[in-house]
Amino acid sequence: MLKMPSNGLVSHHPIIQFRNCRILHQRRIIRDDLWVRNGEILNPRKLFWEEKGYADHQIDCQNAIIVPGYIDVQINGGFGYDFSSEPELVSEGIQKVAQGILSHGVTSFCPTLITSSPDTYRKIIPQIHKTEGSNKGAGVLGLHLEGPFISVEKRGAHPQHLVHPLSGGTQDLFDVYSNLDDVAIVTLAPELINAKAAVQELVKRGITVSVGHSTANLCIAEESVNAGASFITHLFNAMLPFHHRDPGIVGLLASNAINRCVYYGVIADGIHTHPAALRIAFQTHPDGVVLVTDALSALGLPPGRHQLGTQQLDVRDNAAYVAGTNTLSGSIATMSSCVKFLQGATRCTTVEAVEAATLHPAQLLGITERKGTLDYGTDADFLFVDEDLNVKRTYIAGEMVWDSKTGFRNKSS
Amino acid sequence: MRLVILDDYSKASEWAAKYVRNRILEFSPTKDKYFVLGLPTGSTPIGMYKKLIEFHKAGVLSFKYVKTFNMDEYVGLERDHPESYHSFMWEKFFKHIDIVPENVHIPDGNAEDLDEECRKYEQEIKKAGGIELFIGGIGPDGHIAFNEPGSSLVSRTRVKTLAHDTIIANARFFDNDISKVPTMALTVGVGTVMEANEVMIIITGAHKSYALYKAIEEGVSHMWTVSAFQQHPRTIFVVDEDATLELRVKTVKYFKSLMYVHDKLVEDSKELPEVKRQKKK
Repeated sequence: MLKMPSNGLVSHHPIIQFRNCRILHQRRIIRDDLWVRNGEILNPRKLFWEEKGYADHQIDCQNAIIVPGYIDVQINGGFGYDFSSEPELVSEGIQKVAQGILSHGVTSFCPTLITSSPDTYRKIIPQIHKTEGSNKGAGVLGLHLEGPFISVEKRGAHPQHLVHPLSGGTQDLFDVYSNLDDVAIVTLAPELINAKAAVQELVKRGITVSVGHSTANLCIAEESVNAGASFITHLFNAMLPFHHRDPGIVGLLASNAINRCVYYGVIADGIHTHPAALRIAFQTHPDGVVLVTDALSALGLPPGRHQLGTQQLDVRDNAAYVAGTNTLSGSIATMSSCVKFLQGATRCTTVEAVEAATLHPAQLLGITERKGTLDYGTDADFLFVDEDLNVKRTYIAGEMVWDSKTGFRNKSS
Repeated sequence: MRLVILDDYSKASEWAAKYVRNRILEFSPTKDKYFVLGLPTGSTPIGMYKKLIEFHKAGVLSFKYVKTFNMDEYVGLERDHPESYHSFMWEKFFKHIDIVPENVHIPDGNAEDLDEECRKYEQEIKKAGGIELFIGGIGPDGHIAFNEPGSSLVSRTRVKTLAHDTIIANARFFDNDISKVPTMALTVGVGTVMEANEVMIIITGAHKSYALYKAIEEGVSHMWTVSAFQQHPRTIFVVDEDATLELRVKTVKYFKSLMYVHDKLVEDSKELPEVKRQKKK
């Protein structure tokens, strides 16, 4: 790091200039410097012409590509912690995961709870708050509540006895969840009675509604989108398969009867979504793809047998299996590997692959003012990546929090 | 007058950049003694700026104690418009070097009172102690800065309406839409540039060969404003072969025979300390 004369006249916050890099700016990768002050991306022209300011520090990025930090809107746990199953360990788990995923390039995330009992929600939800990222870990953008208002038939791994029919209308939302203050996304099945009213109520509160774990046909899905839903939870998984006379929820990708851009989550780990299916989705609707890991507690654990809660799991070949079997237990994909896989599978551009983990989730959550791009004035959460999209460094609010050579910056935790 | 003839655009750009480098290094600017540089925009100087940036990045040249004054800026074009001269200077030069923002001057084409802005600009130049080296390019009609044909040769910084030819030529930068091209500019006058201690004018390409002929082989004329520098005691024209197409063979041969002298002016900085020592003797 090269120290230059302090520039205190302009602002008491130091100005950092990242040099010798390429940056993802306005949907293109260009050779330019990245300027940061007080945790935000700075417009260097404004600094130069109006404030007459200049950099206090310069950092040689050694030709890295700088992209926005990744956003994971669906992650159930990791590093041995499962957010849904152990209320007493939730705070600890959030901290561990928030830090661990810095090494995957994730700078903000939505901790995800699967279908649980009202009692469990009452214990867990108040413990999770929207927080800014720091050297302790990625920021929390709010909860993703996946269930319990879902289809029994398409519940997947969610416990059947806790699935809720939403028969009490919008009041059920409050009775079951008890607190919606820190909720960012709710996944529900749009075919449930009262689903439309629930969608409208949630959207009114600024919560993103996702359709999923559902047997809805396309018509129902379209109605739900027109009522305010804007996301599809792990496309292809836990929904009716695509059929040419009723394409179901998958058909939303090509619908001409909806009034907004629908985003869709995909688990691009090469296991949960076949590369051909990924290509079909991407080529149909490239602007809507949102990469999610949907990762379980085994994310980040080394290969071998692990006892997680009541379950024994084998981690091998980049997947988690029920111990001693070949039954997939869930995803342990890292976000950085999903970005790479998307690019490999669809042969999309680097920009498109990165935007699936940055711009699109930010648009989905309506937070592009702060996250998902390197636009001036947004949060300085960004990554150094190489040509193959391997994450080399992670920055939050302009501060380096992880480096592939030296590890986590915050050694204390 | 010096006429330095190089093989092509890139050689001319390199020569110009080395000349600027050596002038600054020999001047040894400090916080009490700034080197004041006049700067042009346009396609011609881009190669020179690139070379100067290379020198800076190689650690040979610092702009920390350099003040700059640009020649001109459009009126009414927003500062960050990609075709503004503020944008040009930021992208092509300033953001790559260590110049201090407060030492950079470009006329503000969005000033409330444009006449006042022009007066202030002249004062700023005076306050800086005048311009040591003014670098310029020209248009095919021989205009220097926006001193279009017919401009007074003693003109000062002022608002100028652009010639129709210039507007048409610029349309390519504004979606080929004439109505989007600014029609006025603030520009230093010919007289402003004439007051510089030294003037270096870069002229490249066959399309400017007639202008070069008018600049140096015919009389001083306000219809070819660049010709005014015939009357300047220290003017260097840096040109490429193509730009000499309209010159007499005799002119070209004479100045080419002087190249060994010219090339001494741009020798690499390794030899510079020696040059300095000799001067001190």
